[in-house]
Amino acid sequence: MTAAGTDSAVLEPTTPVAYRVAGKRKEMGDTWTLELEPVGDQRLPGFLPGQFSMLYAFGSGEVPISVSAIAGGSGELTHTVRAVGAATGAICDARPGDQLGVRGPFGSVWPLDAAEGGDVVVVAGGIGLAPLRPAIEQLIAERDRYRAVTVLCGARSPDEMLYPSELQDWREAGIAVETTVDSATGDWEGRVGLVTKLIPLAPFQGERATAFVCGPEIMMRFVAAELRGRGIPPGRIHVSLERNMQCAVGHCGHCQLAHLFVCRDGPVFALDRVEPLLGVREL
Amino acid sequence: MRTIDQLLSEAPAFSGMSSDQLELIAGCGLNRVFEDGEYVMREGEPADVFYVLRSGRVALEVYMPGRGALTIETLDHGELLGWSWLVPPYRVAFDAKAIGTVHAIAFDGACLRGKSDQDTELGYELMKRIVPVLVERLQATRVQLLDVYGGPGPV
Repeated sequence: MTAAGTDSAVLEPTTPVAYRVAGKRKEMGDTWTLELEPVGDQRLPGFLPGQFSMLYAFGSGEVPISVSAIAGGSGELTHTVRAVGAATGAICDARPGDQLGVRGPFGSVWPLDAAEGGDVVVVAGGIGLAPLRPAIEQLIAERDRYRAVTVLCGARSPDEMLYPSELQDWREAGIAVETTVDSATGDWEGRVGLVTKLIPLAPFQGERATAFVCGPEIMMRFVAAELRGRGIPPGRIHVSLERNMQCAVGHCGHCQLAHLFVCRDGPVFALDRVEPLLGVREL
Repeated sequence: MRTIDQLLSEAPAFSGMSSDQLELIAGCGLNRVFEDGEYVMREGEPADVFYVLRSGRVALEVYMPGRGALTIETLDHGELLGWSWLVPPYRVAFDAKAIGTVHAIAFDGACLRGKSDQDTELGYELMKRIVPVLVERLQATRVQLLDVYGGPGPV
């Protein structure tokens, strides 16, 4: 676990800290963004882009959720959660004032410093845009550290495109943003097709580019192949993996991927580190 | 003003073709403009034309009773539109609608088939360039069929 902040020494990583739902916004049908604030004096150390927390809905279960925005040291947390099971359903059902248990920060980060001076291409599929949002916001905040910055987003349909108003804000902040959906009704005038189709259009030079990719694993495989075709070496293509993370500190082994623990060594990995493992069915 | 063979050489599918072959193909082509909302092709009509898009966007649509027109793919600058001209019974499979003004080069499919029959080297070169486009779209369609965004997400 990479934790920053002064309180980390007094917090046990396996003990949840009580947070209160301070705000809640519906993103789309089954997906909500929750703003959390500490209930008492105890607060978690600061999160970095790419890291995740374990959110505990009391009586329902605990799930790993990536941070979807970074607060400036106030102890507040932002998570975008899709209701796909009992625990995520209970988290999405939480109302302002309700309490959740939170552990973290856990895991590796999007290597923004390593991308400095080059082009950056961010590829997101579906709710995979949520873990990338803090990285995109940092790229915008430090825009002059990078050359061309491009965000490519794929979604199931126009109604299921995450953060639609922010996409426009990002364009206005000086980064190229392109979107595509898998299918649409006749009044949609944007692109329809796989997110991989956006990659040949993106303004980056492979030999000096770094890519951050998050989405369904099969999407990331196709995206990675396309990015490699554009000349980005696998060591500079970073993917965020999802496995069954439970303890989040590399003890329980549920998220083990061969010699790696996704919770501790990931979830953000350089492609050259995990690519051989992703093709192994038993893993 | 650029000639059709010059315009054609800028399309990724035709780049690197010999000037003689580009001239032969260009002999079957003419420039067309479609206004916003105009149908470039309609499902079921004879597929005697295919297009190389020079600018603008075309939506491939299928009409579903009760749901209306659904867009299954869009094509943009440099892409090929239409392959039903290649295989019997030469009937268009989907509606193709212009989104915004579309400039395209239209090719007479029967003319190209005839030239390819006479000049099999040209025909083979053409196939080598069209088949990868078909394969890429088939693979993309297969991934879309998986509905990868429909299940539990990565977070």
